[in-house]
Amino acid sequence: MNYSKEVLKHFSKPHNYGKIDNYDGLGRVGNMACGDEMFVYIKIKENTIKDIKFETFGCVAAIATSSVLTDLAKKKTIKEALKITKQDVVDALGALPPIKIHCSVLAIDALNEAVYDYFVKNNLPISKELEDKHSQIIKRESCHS
Amino acid sequence: MMYFDYAATTPVDKRVIKSMIPFLNQKFGNPSSMHSFSADTKKALEKSRSIIAKVIKANPKEIVFTSSATESNNMALKGVAFAKKKGHILVSSVEHDCVLNTAKWLGKNGFEVEFLPVDKYGMVDPKEVERRIKKNTILVSVMHVNNEVGTIQPIREIGKICKENNIYFHSDAAQSFGKIPIDITNIDLLTISSQKIYGPKGAAALFVKEGVKIEPLLHGGGQEGGLRSSTENVPAIVGFAKATEICFSLMDKEQERLTKLRDKIIDKLIKEVSNCYLNGHPTKRISNNINIRFSFIEGEAILFMLNSYGIAVSTASACSSPKLEPSHVLSAMGLKQEDAHGSIRISLGRMTKISEVNYLLKVLPEIVKKLRKISPHK
Repeated sequence: MNYSKEVLKHFSKPHNYGKIDNYDGLGRVGNMACGDEMFVYIKIKENTIKDIKFETFGCVAAIATSSVLTDLAKKKTIKEALKITKQDVVDALGALPPIKIHCSVLAIDALNEAVYDYFVKNNLPISKELEDKHSQIIKRESCHS
Repeated sequence: MMYFDYAATTPVDKRVIKSMIPFLNQKFGNPSSMHSFSADTKKALEKSRSIIAKVIKANPKEIVFTSSATESNNMALKGVAFAKKKGHILVSSVEHDCVLNTAKWLGKNGFEVEFLPVDKYGMVDPKEVERRIKKNTILVSVMHVNNEVGTIQPIREIGKICKENNIYFHSDAAQSFGKIPIDITNIDLLTISSQKIYGPKGAAALFVKEGVKIEPLLHGGGQEGGLRSSTENVPAIVGFAKATEICFSLMDKEQERLTKLRDKIIDKLIKEVSNCYLNGHPTKRISNNINIRFSFIEGEAILFMLNSYGIAVSTASACSSPKLEPSHVLSAMGLKQEDAHGSIRISLGRMTKISEVNYLLKVLPEIVKKLRKISPHK
């Protein structure tokens, strides 16, 4: 696998990994059978992602995309964070092998799910966009789509 | 960097390089030419053939030089199929891709192809072969040693069944040749390779027992008894023969040394790392193979982390494969996908030192710990 320098940097020294014990939202996507599973924990203060951490089971790309996602989302408002795209993740890493693009999708999904979880737990209104995205994610059956 | 991937390929032995050099520029003649330039190369070619034939107790005429084990395996399967024109072919489900994909291709081209199951160690049961052979079975192919998990197959028993039923038996011995003795009594076709035994790439052979009828894949000038046209790759073949001589002279001592190192690695990892398991057979296993899996982490990540510590291993994890497919060997052994992901192969060789093994045993448990810290499962 040909990984960019930035991917290998994030992989060997990932940022923000671990658990947030008293998290406000948790997004869990993927599964062990597929070979990648991500947990994203967020701590929210005044509509802003004050803290974000991840736990990932997976390959080099899965760990690197999780790490860079936490960098991109940290200190952003929820609204801004939801605008992060898989392309932003790929760009921040320089490049991803085409076969590993699904890892960047997974990272975005995990963040999306963490925000969704936060909204549900706090009885906050959920936009149609977020709701649609959520149902898309939980319905996903194949491993790397 | 420390190399633990000898099952993938090996560096060329210095003595082998030395044996090859004269045939690159001084003794370069085409063995098929009539003039004096060809005399040396023709002689070297036939001497190499004799050396290789001798170690497996074959007749030199039964050795056909090819360019790779992949070519030899293609030649064995397609060669028999094209000669017989139709029929049933039995192939183990843990063969190397070059056998599996050749069999699948034959399956699409009019042949009846069936895959033999294996047990949890990756072993073919000879009784399964007996049960599945049919009146129209033309060929059975079971590898001698599996390239991923190192399991040694009962090829003597399988060969005997084939012989009794008048069916050709082919075995891919790319991973065993030069490491353990091979008894060709019940074998009709045998694949052996140079690049796994400290010889150059570009040389391999197919043993074709006298009387076994196969069609060539390459037609042309009729070299190699008409079975493999092409100007012979004399430098590589000379190197292959030299590498064979060296391997067979060192075999017993080297196997004993590697088995000790192998078992040290297996025992230590299983003892020291929780949720760590051996893939493949604990004893019916080639001396240089360790295939081990760690729960909750993924093989490609382990590989890259080890690489950053200067250690080269391999993995057949789905995430590392070009199509994201799990290893067909581990799947055939009944390993669940979630368990198979964390598997890596560590393979030892002639240059593996005890100090390297100790370094690996220091670093690998640390890496597993580090990756498990990142993983949501522990």
